[in-house]
Amino acid sequence: MIQNIVDGILTGSIISLGAIGLTMVMHMLRFANFAYAELLAIGAYAALVFDRLFAALVPVMDESFGGLSLTWSLTLATLAAMVITGASAVLIDWAVFKRIRQKADALSMVFASFGVALIVRNVITLIFGLKAQLYSNDIAFAMVLSRDPLLLIKPDQVFVLVAALVLMAIFHLVLSRTTFGFALRAVAENPALAQVAGVPLARMVIVVWLIGGAFSAAAGVFYSLTNHLSPLIGHNFLLPVFAATIVGGIGSVYGALLGGFIVGTASGLALQILPSGYIPAMPFLIILAVLLVRPQGLFGEEQT
Amino acid sequence: MIGVISYLAFFGTVAAILAIAVLGLNLQWGNTGLFNGGVAAFFGAGAYGAMILGGPAEPLQFGGFNLPYGVAFAGGILLAALVAWAVGLLTLRLRHDYLAIATFGVAVALESVARNAEWLTGGAKGMRGFPRPLESVFADQFTYNLVFLAFVAGILILVYIGLERLVRSPYGRVLRAIREDEIAARALGKNATRLRLEAFVLGSAIIGVSGVLYVSFYAFISPQDMAPILTFQLWAMLIVGGAGNNRGAVLGAFLIWGVWTTSGLALAKFAPTAVQIYTGPIQYIMIGSIIVGMLLWRPQGLLPERIERTRTGNEAPRETASQG
Repeated sequence: MIQNIVDGILTGSIISLGAIGLTMVMHMLRFANFAYAELLAIGAYAALVFDRLFAALVPVMDESFGGLSLTWSLTLATLAAMVITGASAVLIDWAVFKRIRQKADALSMVFASFGVALIVRNVITLIFGLKAQLYSNDIAFAMVLSRDPLLLIKPDQVFVLVAALVLMAIFHLVLSRTTFGFALRAVAENPALAQVAGVPLARMVIVVWLIGGAFSAAAGVFYSLTNHLSPLIGHNFLLPVFAATIVGGIGSVYGALLGGFIVGTASGLALQILPSGYIPAMPFLIILAVLLVRPQGLFGEEQT
Repeated sequence: MIGVISYLAFFGTVAAILAIAVLGLNLQWGNTGLFNGGVAAFFGAGAYGAMILGGPAEPLQFGGFNLPYGVAFAGGILLAALVAWAVGLLTLRLRHDYLAIATFGVAVALESVARNAEWLTGGAKGMRGFPRPLESVFADQFTYNLVFLAFVAGILILVYIGLERLVRSPYGRVLRAIREDEIAARALGKNATRLRLEAFVLGSAIIGVSGVLYVSFYAFISPQDMAPILTFQLWAMLIVGGAGNNRGAVLGAFLIWGVWTTSGLALAKFAPTAVQIYTGPIQYIMIGSIIVGMLLWRPQGLLPERIERTRTGNEAPRETASQG
C-alpha cells in the first residue's frame, strides 16, 4: 500500500508538470487540447536524440551520476528538449490552431487537436519505431527503504520527484514575484480583462505554449527515465493530465499541480482494489466524480 | 466475376455499417454541435451488448444467453444509449468541451473493460460465434452475403430517412438553433440542456446500431474493433462528407473507407516489407492529415450543409409549410 502511494506521488509529479501548461491553454484559448499530451512524447524523444548526440560528441558526458541513470548529456539534452518542445508547441499553434481560431469556434479546435494528436503520435512511431526504448541500458537498482512494509525506490525516482518540485518552485516564484508572473496569471484567469490592462495577448499565447511545452518535455523525460520511452506516452498521459486540470479547476496553475498529485496517488491506491489493466480508466472516474460533486474543480471559478 | 462481386458486397456492407455510425455522429456534431470524442465506445457498447445477449454460451463467462436476434439488436442499442445518457447527464450542462473529454474517457474506460473483464467480454481474445440472422435459410455464403448487404443497406436508408425527417422538422431547427446560439435558444424558452441530451443519446443509439450490425456481420468482436482509430476514421468520414449534411455523411463514409482499404491493399502489395510493418502508422497519419487539412481548407466538407431559409407569412416555402 505504502509502495503504491509513493509510486503514485511520483507519477503525480509528472502529471502535474504536464498539466501546468494544459490548464493555462485550456483557459486562455478555451478549448480542450487533445494534442497537448503529445508534447510529452515530443520532449521525451527530443531528449533521446540530443542525449545520443551529446554522448557521441563528448564521450565524457556519458558518465552517469552515482546511482542515477542520469548523465550530463541527458541533463543537457533535457534542457534542449524543453526548448525544442516549446518551439514545437508554438509551431503547431501557428500552423493549425491559430488559423482555425481565426475563423471557427472552439469545438473546431478540439476537433483539429484530435487530428494533430494522431499525426504527431504516428510520425514519432514512424521515426523511432513502436518498440519501447531506454535512455540508458544500465540496470537501475532500487534502494530498499524499508522491508516491512516493503518499500523500494529507485534513485532516479527520487531525482525525478526533487527535480519536478524544483521546477514547480521556480515557476511559483516567477508567478508570485515578477511582473511577468502577474501578467501570466492575469491572462490565465481572465484573458479579456488582462488585455484591457495592457497585457499583449498574442505574445502571451506564445509564451504560454513555450512554458507548457517546456514543462511537458520535462514530464516526458522524467517519465521515460523512470519507465521507458514509447510513442504511446502522449496517449497514455492524455486522460491523466485532463483529469488533473479538471480536478484543480481549469485555469488554476496551483490547482493543476495539486490535481496531478491527486490523480497520481488515486491511481496508485486504486491498484489495491483493481487489477492493473483497469488503471487507464481511473482518471476518467476521477473526472466523473469531480463533475458530479464540484464541476468547477478545487480552485476553479463558477462558469457556464 | 463472382470474386469481384463478393468483394464489392463485402466492401459495401462494411462501408454501409460505418455510414450508419457517421449519420449518428452527424446528428451530434453536424446538427447539434456536440463533440463526441469516444465514438468507438458507443459502437463497442452496441456490439458487445448484442454479443452478450445473443451470443452462444462460453464456459466461465457471463452472458451467452442465445436470445433471439431482435432482442440482442435492441439490447445493444439500449446499452449504447444508456452509456450516452449517463455521460451526457453529467457533462452537457457544463463547458462544451467537457463532453469531448468525458466521451474520450468513456472510450478509454470501456476499452479497458473489454480488454480485462474476461468473465464478461472474453478479454483480449474477444468473443466469437454470434449467430448471424437467418443464415441457415440460405444455401450458400455468397447469396447470404448479398442478402446481408441488402439488410444493412435497408437499415442505412431507414436511418437516413428518419434523420432527414428529424432535422427538417421543427425539432431539428431547435437543435440547430442551440448549436448556433444557445443563449438565444434559451431566451425563446427552449430547454437547451435537455434537447442536447436527447440529441446526444439518439445519436449514440444510432452509433450503437452500427456496432450491432458490425457484430452481426463478422460474428466476432474484440477490443481491437473499438480501438481509438475507429473514432478518428468516423470523424474523418464526417468532415470529408460535410458536417450537417446527411448525404455528405454517407458519401464521406464510402469515400474514406475506400481510401482506407485501397491504401492498405496498396501498401501490402507494393511497399517493401520494411515499410509494411508501418502500414498502421502511415494510414493513421493519413487520417489525421485528412481531418486537419479539411478543417483548415474546407471545413464545410464536400457536400456543405444546406441551410433552408424559412420566411414568415404566406410566402413560406412549401416544404416548410407542409413539414413545419
